Amino acid sequence: MTKLTIVAHDGVKFDIDAENGSTVMENAIRNAVPGIDAECGGACACATCHVYVDEAWTEKVGSPDVMEEDMLDFAYDVRPTSRLSCQIKVSSDLDGLVVQVPERQA
Amino acid sequence: MGTLIETDIVIVGAGPVGLFAVFELGLYDLECHLIDILDRPGGQCAELYPEKPIYDIPAWPRISGNELTEKLMEQIQPFSPKFHFNRMVTGLTRLEDGRFEVSTDDDEVFRAKVVVIAAGGGSFQPKRPPIPGIEAFEDKSVFYSVRRMEAFRDQDVVIVGGGDSALDWTLNLQPVASSITLVHRRPEFRAADDSVNKMLALREQGAINFEIGQISQLHGEDGQLRAATIKQTDGELEIACSRMLPFFGLTMKLGPIADWGLNLHENLIKVDTEKFETSEAGIFAIGDINWYPGKVKLILCGFHEAALMAQAARKIVNPDKRVVFQYTTSSTSLQKKLGVK
Repeated sequence: MTKLTIVAHDGVKFDIDAENGSTVMENAIRNAVPGIDAECGGACACATCHVYVDEAWTEKVGSPDVMEEDMLDFAYDVRPTSRLSCQIKVSSDLDGLVVQVPERQA
Repeated sequence: MGTLIETDIVIVGAGPVGLFAVFELGLYDLECHLIDILDRPGGQCAELYPEKPIYDIPAWPRISGNELTEKLMEQIQPFSPKFHFNRMVTGLTRLEDGRFEVSTDDDEVFRAKVVVIAAGGGSFQPKRPPIPGIEAFEDKSVFYSVRRMEAFRDQDVVIVGGGDSALDWTLNLQPVASSITLVHRRPEFRAADDSVNKMLALREQGAINFEIGQISQLHGEDGQLRAATIKQTDGELEIACSRMLPFFGLTMKLGPIADWGLNLHENLIKVDTEKFETSEAGIFAIGDINWYPGKVKLILCGFHEAALMAQAARKIVNPDKRVVFQYTTSSTSLQKKLGVK
């Protein structure tokens, strides 16, 4: 299990014990984190599971691949730390990861 | 009234399930017309995941959305289905003779004995970018498609997006508009290299502007756009404009289906599990658009629903015809229809 914290837009923190190999999006949905819609169910086809990765973690989490960058074009208020949470896989390397939910999904 | 088309069956939606319905209905000699808002068959397989592999189609360990669509088109080719693309079904009413009248936004009217709604997640419609207050400008100075280029003549046009639509309209409207500003959040595009190169050449000549950033605010009165604020990494920029064309892809909306008087369950059409018929006799709903206890949104479930629907539909179209159920493996008459005998 890996510790994951998802901060909702209103500041409420969700501390989650996430299974390695699962995606951040799946953990958000399972724990009913508000503001993660995940309309397409994790196919990297909709950009409604957009999150901001905490500055301290951006390097470890890495940057989006080409397909994810393309999908981010459809997200709202995209920043340099933006990722689609369905494309971030939980692993021991990411123990303690913090991501933030944006004001809204597109 | 526009063109009148009379047929046995109208299928709303040309995704995988709508396509397979043609096969099941075709075995009983039923003629099908399919209507779809996209410009090609395949539905979500074509629009959302053409290249992505699907792993749960029986007997296909791995097949892409495009391949599945191609295979289905090949499979139904013997039944010569008629396709009507780029149109949305707007109206569905029952006629006095018991048939249905289906109208589209392309001024066609279909009359059919059976209507099969295989509309998936609804119709694909342009995605509204999350810019505050954009609704007030829509259809007045903000448009999601170009119906007539003349509407943009001598206008200061802002085009938003980085895909083919954004690039194509930047190139096409450049000679017509007074000015064009293309706004995209990054310097890379999801468009054909040729269009990107042409756009960069126009920018080089000073014929268009290109700004990297995201539109954060619109300014204007009574729906008439005056300026837009672009949020950039190092601040904000306000540009004057009179028209805006945002191209943020497509999203699925139930659309006019909600107004047809059918019983719904959370935006899905309620059906029985014997015939997949809606609350209106003669109107069936199959695939992702329907709901019944235990429903699972899988393509293969839609295929099953199509097969059972066809059994009920043939009895409505030809109530007096006695039909013996036959298998395609052994029936010479079915094989003749499939063109293999």
